[in-house]
Amino acid sequence: MTETMAGIAAGRPAGGPQPRGLLLRVLPTGMYAGRARMLVERSLLVNRRTWLAVVSGFCEPLFYLVAMGVGFGRLAGDLVGPGGQPISYVAFVAPALLAASAMNGAVYDATFNIFFKIKYNRIYEAVLSTPLGPIDVAIGEIAWALLRGGLYAVGFFAVMLGMGLVTSPWALLVVPAALFIAFGFAAIGMACTTFMRSWQDFDLVQLALMPMFLFSTTFFPLTVYPPAIQFGVQCFPLYHGIEVMRALSTGQVDGSILGHLAYFLVMAAVGLVVSANRLGQLLLR
Amino acid sequence: MTEVAERTRGLGRVPGPVAAAFLVMEGYWTWYRRNWRSSAVSSVVQPVLFLLALGFGFGSQVQPGPATGGLSYVLYLTPALLVATAVQIAAFECTYPVLGSFKWQAQYVAIAATPITARQIVAGQLTWVAVRMTSSLLVFVAVAAVLGAVTGPAILISLVVAVLGGMAIGAPVTAYSATLETEGPFAGLFRFVILPMSLLAGTFFPVDLLPVWIRPLAWLTPLWHGTELARGAAFGGLNPWAALGHLGYLAALFALGAALAVRFFRRRLAK
Repeated sequence: MTETMAGIAAGRPAGGPQPRGLLLRVLPTGMYAGRARMLVERSLLVNRRTWLAVVSGFCEPLFYLVAMGVGFGRLAGDLVGPGGQPISYVAFVAPALLAASAMNGAVYDATFNIFFKIKYNRIYEAVLSTPLGPIDVAIGEIAWALLRGGLYAVGFFAVMLGMGLVTSPWALLVVPAALFIAFGFAAIGMACTTFMRSWQDFDLVQLALMPMFLFSTTFFPLTVYPPAIQFGVQCFPLYHGIEVMRALSTGQVDGSILGHLAYFLVMAAVGLVVSANRLGQLLLR
Repeated sequence: MTEVAERTRGLGRVPGPVAAAFLVMEGYWTWYRRNWRSSAVSSVVQPVLFLLALGFGFGSQVQPGPATGGLSYVLYLTPALLVATAVQIAAFECTYPVLGSFKWQAQYVAIAATPITARQIVAGQLTWVAVRMTSSLLVFVAVAAVLGAVTGPAILISLVVAVLGGMAIGAPVTAYSATLETEGPFAGLFRFVILPMSLLAGTFFPVDLLPVWIRPLAWLTPLWHGTELARGAAFGGLNPWAALGHLGYLAALFALGAALAVRFFRRRLAK
């Protein structure tokens, strides 16, 4: 009974889940009602009429892939792939584009869209007057971004399959890997959004994404760089995402893939904790 | 007191067409002076990064050959990147800012309440876009020259051509933006026109490498005509008749776009 009272005092519904587990001890209480799915449902309803715009997002990496296949690939010839054997330029770039599109989609969703909703739409103020808390908001929005990202990844994978770029059964794992990468970027992106003051700050997002997209071995191998710069490039999260994707799509999988994935696990954890705390400060004032 | 009187007298005069267009530009400049940093990222930093990553990085994988005119890839890329950048800047400056000037900030509506006409607003808007492109491209050319990605001073002719190519996109897009009520269609414009055009219409590789059935589409784009001209100006070897044809096509698109823009501006501002 006292527990229920505490739950009500903390803003949770009486019958809702009680705070327990490590995550909830790290985070302030009264922020999570376990109903993030309601926010996903809202996103589905809102996007019901604009599904064409959502689906068309899939075309962007496709244009890149076509350009790589018909143009860049014929100029460049074959490269050295992950296992040391020659690989066609398209097969080299395709997995990298998938990782980059997972990054771009996740970051844009988690920055522009969320910022708009916090600052102009103010939908979270309405959301928080219901039993949902800031963590529901964080999880719900990231889940929606991942649903979209997963849709794009499946489409991209289908095109890779159609272009004959898939040569190993490991490649089936590129779709979950894309979601994992997107999750890391979405969490960090959302954390950054909570610090943004105005639209001008989004140039910084652009300034972070653009070099990462261009220089994380997306379009040419790491060996092109001098050793000092190679180290810098290896610090980029997208570099690790691309390594994972390339390993999976060529079937050259070894233990190092776990290290690359751990990078994203840390990103996701840091991003989630920071954004839940900051969202609490921003929204529950 | 006299100061106020002078100012009122100054405002009471109807400006000539050129002065009016400059007044419209001055409005943009006043805003830009305070906010240039944000556009410096997309109009200067971004093309330089593309030059580094694709010109030098990807270019290291390309053997100079007939497809690149016997030049190293980065030299081959620079003049075309000028045109692609001009098109990017024009496309952006003529979409959201134009719609915003009708709808969100509504400064066109405010200007239309003065003696400045719709034609003069369009002239001011398009001149402003040309100035923005020229200044950004000059910085880009300077950086490219320092990086050794330029064959010679003829690149400045490519720059002029690039601005013309940008205007051939900018004018029709301005006209289109003036007909819109919401910003929704812009996403489609960028995704289905500007992006594929930038990737496929000759900037990064010759159009001859495209499948036969896509080539006519590439030939329709102003980007391809601008790219042909810009490379011809920088490297020489362009047939004068072909050059004239490309110039004519770009000028015609610009003229058509500007005429439509005046028409749509007038219609919308009369409401």
